[in-house]
Amino acid sequence: MNTRHIVRAYDEELATLGNRIAAMGGHAERMVDEAVAALINGDIALARKVIADDAVLDEGERWIDDHAILLIARRQPMADDLREIVGAIRISSDLERVGDLGKNIAKRVVAIAETRQPVQLFRGIEALATLALTQLKQVLDIYASRSVGAISFMRDRDGEIDAMYTSLFRELLTYMMEDPRNISPCTHLLFCAKNIERIGDHATNIAETVYHMVTGEQLPLERAKGDRSHDVTVAHAGEGTA
Amino acid sequence: MPEAMAHYDDAAVDALSARDLAAAVPDPIVILDARGTVRYANEAAVAAFGRIPQGTVLAHRFRTPDMQRLLAALLKEGRAGAIDYGERVPIERAFRISAMPVGAGGGLFMVHFKDQSETRRIDRMRADFIANASHELRTPLASISGFIETLRGPARNDAKARDSFLEIMQAQTARMARLIDDLLTLSRIEMKPHLPSRDRVDLGETVAGVVDSLGHLAAEYGVAVAFERPAAPVLVSGNRDELIQVFVNLLENACKYGQSGGRVDIAIAPAEAGPVPEVAVTFRDWGPGIAEEHIPRITERFYRIDPETSRVKNGTGLGLAIVKHILTRHDGRLVVRSKPGEGASFIVYLPAA
Repeated sequence: MNTRHIVRAYDEELATLGNRIAAMGGHAERMVDEAVAALINGDIALARKVIADDAVLDEGERWIDDHAILLIARRQPMADDLREIVGAIRISSDLERVGDLGKNIAKRVVAIAETRQPVQLFRGIEALATLALTQLKQVLDIYASRSVGAISFMRDRDGEIDAMYTSLFRELLTYMMEDPRNISPCTHLLFCAKNIERIGDHATNIAETVYHMVTGEQLPLERAKGDRSHDVTVAHAGEGTA
Repeated sequence: MPEAMAHYDDAAVDALSARDLAAAVPDPIVILDARGTVRYANEAAVAAFGRIPQGTVLAHRFRTPDMQRLLAALLKEGRAGAIDYGERVPIERAFRISAMPVGAGGGLFMVHFKDQSETRRIDRMRADFIANASHELRTPLASISGFIETLRGPARNDAKARDSFLEIMQAQTARMARLIDDLLTLSRIEMKPHLPSRDRVDLGETVAGVVDSLGHLAAEYGVAVAFERPAAPVLVSGNRDELIQVFVNLLENACKYGQSGGRVDIAIAPAEAGPVPEVAVTFRDWGPGIAEEHIPRITERFYRIDPETSRVKNGTGLGLAIVKHILTRHDGRLVVRSKPGEGASFIVYLPAA
């Protein structure tokens, strides 16, 4: 047996794993983009498509799991290669979750489209989604280029997402206090906003994984948590909505 | 002699490297090897996408499912192809990406990016303009030709009717002229979800005007239009011509598709369902009604519940799409309530001024 041939095949297998991750990433990005577009435009057909698309990511995660485990068992990789493979498992699981969150947003589109909400709220959701999508794109671009220099900057932006989410949380709460009829659509929007915020968290997880893959070191732990929604209360309608 | 010249030319061309060529092209160009990794990116590519380090797998950087398919077909089967590629964040961009093998069996591939962000917007504007122009001009034209018929026939010797008809016709032609102008601008501002210029519009007066100008159409369909104009002005802020278009489209639809009911009721009332005070204008017909599964879709462009009925009634499939678009621009919305056999209500909600 030719060792060079074996090494070659091994590299090939590693590359395939990476290609699959990138494809999953592209798919997850499109799902989130389309889920939010469906939400904002009340586009029920697009939401249905997003829901159907989720199967691709589920399949992708299973594929990566199977192949990564086989690769570890057969090749017994060390150092960089092991980090690469374990990283692929982690990233694919984060991307699968991103897909689930996108699907969950898509599922709420019907309920929200029935009663139109103030444009202001959709603008908020759209802005939140733009932040989360930008983060997801940045981290996947970093995965593509392996240039981890931009990661710490990217992690700072997670704070922006949290702040935006907290502000949306308050706004939605206010609308619910104003009129009980807003409670049902606003609750759905609240979950959508939470899902988008979670997508940002998964992007951050992926950033940490990529950093570890490339450098072999962990990113420092401290992360400023800007999500203050756990202690948001809104004064009763008429008292303090300003 | 020709052979010698050909030889001379070849040498000059041979001296040009692929890099020289690619660098001279203003569009982003990336050269890939058989594994799909970037071997060269020209200046335009770096300007458009930032640094793409050598060895980057292109499908990792441009990840859409379409791009994955394009590159897989290119690298595995040597199949050239082209796709549309869009990025929404951080800025919205659109590219036409073509990919093809280059060189003689050297295992190299070229990916070319044609920026279409601007072109695509213009294309959409043009398509929308043609679609809208034909429809929007048809309605006032029908109204005027109706008056002309009446003037030449039953109202030939009725000086009073003639004056009032001519006045309405003059208003209609003026509106057509404005519509043409507005259509040109509308297609341009269609990308913008909101319209800053706002007049105060009295809905009572506006709807009454629409009922008057479509009187002949209602009569033609044998439909009695009942509208009680509120005593006090009901003000909303918005663009008067656009709101007229909303009510014209809805009344026209109610007459056309609710013809069998013989009656259309229009009502204006305050509504307080949303977070802000609103005004509701309801167009109620007693026609065949709309099945539940169609209701969410009828405002889509060119969506027709029954293409045959729509054709007979001269529908363009744009009427409700225009209504929805205008209402969205006015922070308003259209709610449709209907059950088969019980007619339909089209309710316009607008924020009260």
